[in-house]
Amino acid sequence: MITFIVRRLVAAIFIVIGASFIVYMLITKAGDPLGFLIEIKDPILREQIRREVVAGLNLDVHPVLRFFRWLGALLTGDLGISARTRLPVSDDIGRRLLLTLKLVTASTVLSVVVGIIVGIVTALRQYSGFDYVTTFFTFVFFSLPVFWVAVILKSVGGINFNDWLRDGAHFSPTVIVLAALVIAGLSYTIAGGPLSRRLGIAVFGGVGMGLLVSYISSSQWMLDPKLGPVVVILLAGGIAYGVTAVMAGVRNKKALYSALTTAGLGIISYFALQGLFDDAEFNIWMLAGLGVIGVVAGVVVGYAFGGFDKGLSARTAGLSAFMIGIVIFVDRAMQSWAEYSSSPVIRNRPIKTIGDRESRLEGSFWVVTNDTFSHLILPTLALMLISLASYTRYSRASMLEVLNQDYIRTARAKGLTERTVVIRHGFRNAMIPLATIVAFDIGGVLGGAVITETVFEWNAMGRLFTESLRNLDPNPLMGFFVIISLFAVVANLGADLLYAVLDPRIRITS
Amino acid sequence: MTLIEEPPDPSHEPGRTAVEPDEMNFEQLEVAGLSQSQIVRRRFLRHKGAMISLIVLTFVLVLSITSIGVGPIPGWWKHDYNTLIASSSNESPTMSLRPSFLGGDGVRIGEHPFGLDNSKGRDIFALTMRGVQMSMVVILVLALLSVTIGVVIGSLSGYFGGWVDSVLMRFTDVILIIPLLLVAAVAGFAYKASGIWSVALILGLFLWTGLARLVRAEFLAYREREFVDAAKGAGASSRRIIFKHILPNTIGTIVVSTTLLMGAGILTEAALSFLGFGIQSPEVSLGSLVSEYQGAFSTRPWLFVWPGLFIIAIVLCLQFIGDGLRDAFDPRQKRIPKRKDLDTSMDANRMDSSANRQSGAGASS
Repeated sequence: MITFIVRRLVAAIFIVIGASFIVYMLITKAGDPLGFLIEIKDPILREQIRREVVAGLNLDVHPVLRFFRWLGALLTGDLGISARTRLPVSDDIGRRLLLTLKLVTASTVLSVVVGIIVGIVTALRQYSGFDYVTTFFTFVFFSLPVFWVAVILKSVGGINFNDWLRDGAHFSPTVIVLAALVIAGLSYTIAGGPLSRRLGIAVFGGVGMGLLVSYISSSQWMLDPKLGPVVVILLAGGIAYGVTAVMAGVRNKKALYSALTTAGLGIISYFALQGLFDDAEFNIWMLAGLGVIGVVAGVVVGYAFGGFDKGLSARTAGLSAFMIGIVIFVDRAMQSWAEYSSSPVIRNRPIKTIGDRESRLEGSFWVVTNDTFSHLILPTLALMLISLASYTRYSRASMLEVLNQDYIRTARAKGLTERTVVIRHGFRNAMIPLATIVAFDIGGVLGGAVITETVFEWNAMGRLFTESLRNLDPNPLMGFFVIISLFAVVANLGADLLYAVLDPRIRITS
Repeated sequence: MTLIEEPPDPSHEPGRTAVEPDEMNFEQLEVAGLSQSQIVRRRFLRHKGAMISLIVLTFVLVLSITSIGVGPIPGWWKHDYNTLIASSSNESPTMSLRPSFLGGDGVRIGEHPFGLDNSKGRDIFALTMRGVQMSMVVILVLALLSVTIGVVIGSLSGYFGGWVDSVLMRFTDVILIIPLLLVAAVAGFAYKASGIWSVALILGLFLWTGLARLVRAEFLAYREREFVDAAKGAGASSRRIIFKHILPNTIGTIVVSTTLLMGAGILTEAALSFLGFGIQSPEVSLGSLVSEYQGAFSTRPWLFVWPGLFIIAIVLCLQFIGDGLRDAFDPRQKRIPKRKDLDTSMDANRMDSSANRQSGAGASS
């Protein structure tokens, strides 16, 4: 095992060094990093900057030798200076890495979760209407050019949606009927069982959706979105029940009670914490700490209920606690929406299409959180479309493969419930190949989303790459390349190891 | 074909027939007496999505070639993509597909079906058709190059193994890790090579890595099979084993992943051109058109929408064709039999079994 890891790492480092050499030669070949000097009018200043850059970048030595000097400096952690700004590259990259993480985290997590759920449902309802519709749309999403979608999103979200908010945020009757029909159709094809049951669910879903959208329209909810205590309590109860139904089955009383107890604790802390949330000192670390405390509390409650399967109760309660925590967070963020939206900098046009934050905005943690969300929503949508499609396809294929295995038939023959067969025997095994795919994809995430960043003007990793390419600036480019390729290599290794850990049939031999 | 399920014919009840109809029987009857390529062709032709896509793709290709012509040969469309045309008071598209009795302007194409760009004096239909032609160039060059390189490297690496495998696979890793954007930019800056052919060439020279890995995996599996041992025992050379015994078995993988690669190639070319590292003005591609007109979406959407729609149409067609090919080549692929098919299969079974009985009776008498 250790030999395997070491061998892989050594090979990877040599590959990265080899590729770096090629990239360095290519960027040197591409042109002169001093080309920008022409723009400087003052000859004395120009000469001074020229000397500084030549010395800083070792431009007076042969490119091959320059590469090895760069490599030597890299081993000491020095990425050199940029020719344009004459500032150290590493500071800049550190800032941009954080920004890239901010941009891609939400879209990655959301597309993995949604993609897996949709994929599993399509696999369970293979050849249903829902399956065909999803398959068609995944193909369409695969074929979409990101930049085209991003430009449309920018225009529709940034102009039309904000105009719609300004005009009072009313839905036309056509939209309400369409939304109701779509939900009715979806629930009809997803629901199983006899025709009467499916029709009932479809009518229920359609009418419910229609009423919800009508309420949102007539109360102008989108102008000042809020949940309020009643909705939070209902959601907490629903989450506890739903998570139990999926993870343990509602007939497992221990699990159900521990999840419901967690929900009760969540509701109590919802009321107790509002004062703390309003505190001016509240920050993201306190939020993260509260989240961890909540999940731990859920796990403890699950264990405390005991029973023959403590672990299952603990997992159920912990997951419920996490989801209820998200609801409480969203509720509190929504409470500050009006303050954010009506601030003089935002001027009631909340959906933003440029950059990662509004620098002139001042306000509490929650106002800034709303600002971050309204800047994130459009790029996240653009990034999600494509990865969502691929995760849906992968998890569908993987689940279908597993459901055709003999051990699934054995599980059914033993008389296990459909829930146990699907979740415990099917889902867990279907996740094995998917885990490696996700790990592999995360390896590419740090490279940033070059196109999305360009369209939405985020100054993160992808832009560093395109800008240093345009400026023919070698050091930022090489810094970018080394960091993303090392990260990708480690992630690939992680994916392989993860596979071996999850699937005992795989044995790693060096 | 009826949509309503017919009540079961009493003579078709399972208890009465000698042979139980099942999916396996159905599958076997379906392919009995056909060669592998015939089976594949049949399955592909049966895939509705793939057939529709093939027709659409052919239509787009023929439209783009005949409308503005290729090189010196003129097409039937009145405007050329690079000639200036007089500006008109109305820039919006003149194509109308709604007939007059539905309250529309009647079905007509008009002077500028996809609209007009007054500021540059260009006809958008001609521009888009030129872009489609460029995409087709990308597809062809990319497919040719990546199949050649990918198959050669993958098969050598998988068949010989050992140090050949190590060297070739590490080389593949290096190619995989070098950013395509950088290569395209360097080609543009240093060699002033930013035409469609150089972009297509770069894509072909760098996008073969996935194919090589797939082919290698197939070779690794087939190398251990008995028929390869038999061929070796009979004294076949390595070249013969690779080309005659193993490569034909991997053709399905190669065809499917090349089709999907073509779609990915179009998107990559478009993305490169969008970022300004691909096709440069005055030459146009679908990606560079989208890039050029991205600011016009809210005021003159036709400038922006049409090239994008054609990218989607072409890539979507390739996706469906790839899907159809995968189903056609996959031996595990099962068709879900409809009731009608099962009945046919059952009838055939009954005839078979009665024929057997008769021949058996003939033999015994």
